[in-house]
Amino acid sequence: MLTAIREKVLAGKRISDEDAMYLFASDDIFTLGALASHVAYRKNGRKAFFIRNRHVNPTNICVNRCKFCAFSRSQGQEGAFELTIDDIIGKLGKGQATKAKGMGKSRSPRSVHVSPHGFSEVHIVGGLHPDWPFEHYRNMLSAIRKRFPKLHIKAFTAVEIDYFSRISGRSLEDVLRALKQSGLGSMPGGGAEIFREEIRNRLCPEKIPGERWLEVMETAHRVGIRTNATMLYGHVEDLADRVDHLSRLRRLQDRTKGFQAFIPLAYHPKNTEIEGSYTSGIDDLKTMAVSRIFLDNFDHVKAYWIMLGEKISQLALLFGADDIDGTIIEEKITHSAGGLSGEKLTAGQLVNLIQKAGKVAVERDSFYKTVRVYP
Amino acid sequence: MITQEDNSRISRKEALSLFKNADLLGLGMWADMARKGLHPEEICTFVVDRNINYTNVCINKCTFCAFWRDADDADAYLLDRETIFGKIEEAIAMGGTQILLQGGLHPNLDISFYVDLLRSVKERFDINVHGFSPPEICYIADASDLTIRETLSILKSAGLDSIPGGGAEILSDRVREVLSPKKIKSSRWLEVMEAAHRLGMRTTATMMFGSIETPEDIITHLDAIRQLQDRTGGFTAFIPWTFQPGNTELEETGRVERTKGRTARTSKLRVQSPATAVEYLRVLAISRIYLDNVDNIQASWVTQGLKTAQVALRFGANDFGSTMIEENVVAAAGVSYAVSTNDIIGAIRTAGFVPAQRDTHYNLLRFF
Repeated sequence: MLTAIREKVLAGKRISDEDAMYLFASDDIFTLGALASHVAYRKNGRKAFFIRNRHVNPTNICVNRCKFCAFSRSQGQEGAFELTIDDIIGKLGKGQATKAKGMGKSRSPRSVHVSPHGFSEVHIVGGLHPDWPFEHYRNMLSAIRKRFPKLHIKAFTAVEIDYFSRISGRSLEDVLRALKQSGLGSMPGGGAEIFREEIRNRLCPEKIPGERWLEVMETAHRVGIRTNATMLYGHVEDLADRVDHLSRLRRLQDRTKGFQAFIPLAYHPKNTEIEGSYTSGIDDLKTMAVSRIFLDNFDHVKAYWIMLGEKISQLALLFGADDIDGTIIEEKITHSAGGLSGEKLTAGQLVNLIQKAGKVAVERDSFYKTVRVYP
Repeated sequence: MITQEDNSRISRKEALSLFKNADLLGLGMWADMARKGLHPEEICTFVVDRNINYTNVCINKCTFCAFWRDADDADAYLLDRETIFGKIEEAIAMGGTQILLQGGLHPNLDISFYVDLLRSVKERFDINVHGFSPPEICYIADASDLTIRETLSILKSAGLDSIPGGGAEILSDRVREVLSPKKIKSSRWLEVMEAAHRLGMRTTATMMFGSIETPEDIITHLDAIRQLQDRTGGFTAFIPWTFQPGNTELEETGRVERTKGRTARTSKLRVQSPATAVEYLRVLAISRIYLDNVDNIQASWVTQGLKTAQVALRFGANDFGSTMIEENVVAAAGVSYAVSTNDIIGAIRTAGFVPAQRDTHYNLLRFF
C-alpha cells in the first residue's frame, strides 16, 4: 500500500481519502517525511518562508462558548477586554514607528524607538462581540489603513464574517465586499476546527457549521479575497474526521484556488472544558506530512510555531511545511490554553531556525512574494 | 542514500561524513533501526529520581555554567544533612529509586565530608546513590591527596553506587580549553570512568554540544566513549544534550555579576543561539548509530521539551532519563519545563511507546 501511495506521490498524482487514512495510521514517519518533502520541494524548492507580522485581538468577549477555547470571556466576566480603535492603532504604532533594524535605509541610528519588530502585516481576529455593530469593524479597518497605508491587513475568520452578516442583515458577499473596500487585504483560516458535525457538536455547538465555514470562504474567494485554511486536531476527533476535513478543503480549493496556505493547529488542553492532553510531537509531524501530501492543490503548508513550538515547527520544515509564520509579537489565544512557546521570535531567530533546517530562508509578503532572501 | 556495506561498525571517517552530509530523515531512519535492533519491544524507560545539588560553590567557573557561585557570594549555599535527608524522603515518597547527588567543587570539603554524607544517607535510606561526576571525583582525590582509584574505592565502600556522566562536555581538549579551562582534561574524565568501571561501578556518559565545537569534535567524543566501552562495558547510557546559553558567560551578553574573573578569552566564546531541534536530532541519531556498544540513549526532555523528546524516540533514543524532581542547574540557565511523572508517562504513551519505570541499572520496575 505504501509503495503504491509513494508511486502516486512521486508521479505527482493525487492521493485518495483511503490513502490519507493509511498514511495517518502508518508509523513510518521517515517515508512520510520524505514524501511530504518531495511535494514541498516541487511546490517551493528549498524555500521556507516567514513574515514580519503582528497579531492583534480586539476583544476576547464572545457570544460563543467553544469548549476547546481558553481565550473567550463573557461580557463583564473577569479577564474580559475590549480594545478601542485607538488602542489598536497604538499597538500597531509601536512597531511601525521605525523601520526594523537591518531592514533598510534608516538614516537615523539614534532613533528613540528602534524596534527589531517592524512588520508588514497585521493579523486581527477576535471574539464575537455582543454589542459592536458591523460598522465598528469597517471603521477599524479604515482607521488602520489611514494611519498605516502600507500595512497589509489580514483579518477576521469565517466565523466572524458570518457573525457580521447576521448582525448587519447583509449577505456574506455584501459584508466581504464592504470589508474589502475598507481595507481588508486577506483573511486568516481560523474557525475551521473539524468540519464534521458530530465533532463540532461536541466541541463548539454554537459555532457555524462546517458547511457555512466553507461557504464563507468560497464567497471570499469569489470576491477576490484570498484566505488560509486551518484544522484544529488532537482533541476528540479521529483520523477519519481529519481526512474528511482535508478532503472538503481540497474540493473547495479545486473550485476556487483561493486558499493560500493550510495550517494544521495542534490542540492545547489547558484551561479548556474538554481538557485532554497535548498532541505528541510525532503526531504533529505526521499531520503536517499527510496534509502536505494530500492537499496537492495548496501552494503552502504552514508550521505555526506558536502552536507547535519553535522546535517542532523547525522539524516540520522537513515534514512538508514551507512556512513558519512570523514574528507575531503578541499572542493571546494559544497562550490562554497553555502555549508551550514564547510570544515572539525575531526575524533573526526565524531565519536561524530555517537555515539550520537546511532550507533557504525567504521573508515574504502577505501573498508569498519574496521580500528578501537570506543566503 | 545511506547504506551499510556489511555488519561491521562504522568508522570515524564514515561517521563524520554521515554526520556532516546525510539528510536528517535518512539518519533518523538508520538510528531508529539501530534502536529497534537493541530494543525491539517498543518500551521507553524512565527513572524516578531527585537531583540534589549539595552546593553551588565551585572553583571551576566554567563559562557555559550559570549555577556556580563563589563561597562568599550572597546566594552561595552548602546543604546541611537534614535538608538532604528531607529531599530524599520526599523523593522516596514520590516513588524515587535514585538520587543524583552532584555539586560544585567546593574548596573547603575533603573526602571525609563525602564519606560521612554517603554513610549517613545509606544508614537511613534504601536508595541508589548516583553521584559525583568525574570533575568532582578528581577534585576530591586531589583535595585529599589520593589516587582516583583510591578515592572511588573509598566512596564506593561508603555507599556510592554509580557515577553520572556529567562534566564530559566535549571530550576534546581544544574545546575544553575554551569552555572550561579549569575543568579536568578529557583523558582524566575517561580515566575516572575507566577506574569506576573496573571497580564494578556503572556510569553514564554525557555530551554537551551546541557551543563552539565542530563536527570533528563530536565524532572524537563519540569515539572516545566507544573505545572505552569496548574495554570495560561499564557505560549504561549515553546522554547528549544541548548547551543552554541563558545567564552564562558564553551567552551573547553576559550579566555583569556573572563575569567575575572574565578574561580576554571570553570574547571568543559568544554563542549566538542554542542548538536547534534539527541539530539535536542529528547528534542523537549519529550517537545511536556510532555507539553500537552502549545499550541506552537518553532523550533530553529537560533541554528539548517533551514534544521534541517524543520525536527523539524515533531518532535513536529509548529512554526519557529522569523525572528530575528538582533540577537546579538547567533551571539556573533559564530553561525550565515544569513536568511531572504523569506528563512523562503520557508523553511516552502518546508517542506510541510503552512507558516503564526503571532503576539505575535499567532493570524494569513497573509498566504504565
